[in-house]
Amino acid sequence: MVADLRRCVGCQTCTAACKHANATPPGVQWRRVLDMEVGEYPSVKRVFVPVGCMHCEDPPCMHVCPSTATRKRADGIVTIDYDLCIGCAYCAVACPYQARYKVDAAEFAYEKMMPSEEVRFSEKRLGVATKCTFCSDRVDAGLAKGQKPGVDPEATPACVNSCIAQALHFGDAEDPNSNISALLAENQFFRMHEELGTKPGFYYLWDKK
Amino acid sequence: MSRPETSFGPRPWIQQHWDARAAGNFVLGGAGAGLLIAAPLAGGGELVRALGLAMIAAGLTAVWLEIGRKLRAIHVFFNPWTSWMTRESFAALVVFGIGISTFVFPDNVLSIALAVAALLFLFCQARILFGSKGIPAWRAPEIVPLVMLTGLAEGAGIALLFGDAGVLVGLFVLALLSRALAWSRYRAALKQPRSAAVLEPAGRSLLQLGTVLPIALLLFSTVAPEALWLAGLMAAATGWRVKFTLVTRAAHNQGFTLPHLPIR
Repeated sequence: MVADLRRCVGCQTCTAACKHANATPPGVQWRRVLDMEVGEYPSVKRVFVPVGCMHCEDPPCMHVCPSTATRKRADGIVTIDYDLCIGCAYCAVACPYQARYKVDAAEFAYEKMMPSEEVRFSEKRLGVATKCTFCSDRVDAGLAKGQKPGVDPEATPACVNSCIAQALHFGDAEDPNSNISALLAENQFFRMHEELGTKPGFYYLWDKK
Repeated sequence: MSRPETSFGPRPWIQQHWDARAAGNFVLGGAGAGLLIAAPLAGGGELVRALGLAMIAAGLTAVWLEIGRKLRAIHVFFNPWTSWMTRESFAALVVFGIGISTFVFPDNVLSIALAVAALLFLFCQARILFGSKGIPAWRAPEIVPLVMLTGLAEGAGIALLFGDAGVLVGLFVLALLSRALAWSRYRAALKQPRSAAVLEPAGRSLLQLGTVLPIALLLFSTVAPEALWLAGLMAAATGWRVKFTLVTRAAHNQGFTLPHLPIR
C-alpha cells in the first residue's frame, strides 16, 4: 500500500470506510489517520499520516506468535487465524506500529447491534488479536473474478476505495508494471521505523523525484 | 496543554495489552526458576523445590488468566520454531517433568538437571521480552542478562530462608553484584526517556535496597541470623519491583516518527 502524505487531508473517510467494511467495535480502528503537529511556532506543519498494519515483509508479530495464528500469505498480506489465536497479545507488544487490538467482550457503537454490525459480527473475533487484513476477502473475491487489486474497486481494500484525495493506493509492489511500482519510481518515499528491519509493505510518498 | 498519555500521535504511550497478570509470570516465574537454580545449594531439599515449582506454576497461571481464549491455551505449543513463548512453555514442561521426578527419585543428578531446565526457562522469559519489538524498553539486548540475573538473585535470596551454606551465600552475593552491573548496563542502553524515567526509582531501590543493603546485612548475619533472611527478601522484593514496573508501567512504545515531511 502507498500513502501519499502530500495528498492526505485527514478527512478520516478511510477510517470510516474501514469501520463500515469490517464492523470493528468502538475503540478499534484497523485504519487510523494520525493528526500530527510537527515543528515549533512559527514554522509548524500539520501532517496527516494513515497508519495500521504495515503487512511487513519480516513481521515480528508472526515470529513471536506461539500458536502460528499469524501468518503471511504468498502475496505478502499478514493474516490472523481466529480459530488458532489464543489472545495472548504477544503479537500486539511485538508490533512496532500499534496495529493490533484485542477485545474480550462484544461492544457496539450504540449499545445494541446496528444492522451493519449484525451482518459482520463474529464471535470468533472476541478474545483474539485482530488487525487490518488489507480487506483480503475483497481482494480474494476480486481475484477470483479476474479483477486486479488496486485497479478494480471490487478487488481493492475499502480504505483505498473511499479515499477522497487519492492519497491511498493499493497494488503489487513486486510487479514492475503496477500502479504502486509507478508511484514508487516517480516519488521519494520512506517506510515507518525502517531501522527496525521489519520491511513494512506500507510506503509513504513525501516528494517527487 | 499536554497530551493525554494514551493519545494516538507521535508521542509514545504505554502498551495496554499486558498488565499485572503478565508481569506476574515474570515476577513469580523468574524468582521460582532462580530458586530452582539455587536449590542444590540450599538446605530444605524438597520444600525448596516445591516452592520453586509452585512459584513458576503461579506465574503461568497468572498469565493464563490474561489470555483471551483460555480453553485454547494448548495452542501455545504450536510455534517452537520462532516463538520464545512456545519455547518457554516447553521449558516449563521440562521443569515440571524433572521437578516432579525429583520427589519420586531423590537424586543429585536430577536436582542439577532441574537447575539447568530452570535456567533454560529463565532464558526463555528474558527472550520473550527481548522479542517484543514494539517496546523499546524490552527490545534492548541488555534486558536478557538483567532478567536472568535478577531471577537468579531473587531465587538465591529466597533460598537463604532455607539455608546458610557458604556456597549459597557466595552465589547470592555474586548474583547481586552481577545484577547491579546488568542493571547499570541496561539503564545506560535504554534510549526511551519515558521508560527510563519510570524505571529510575525501581532501579535506585534495586541498587540501594537490593544490593548494598543486603550485602551489609550479610555482615551482621553472624550475630543475627535474621539479617540473612532480610537480605534475601530485600533482594527478591527489589527485583520484583523492577520487573513489575518494566512490564506494566515502563513499557512505552515508540509512537510514530516521520523521517521526512511532505513537500506540498
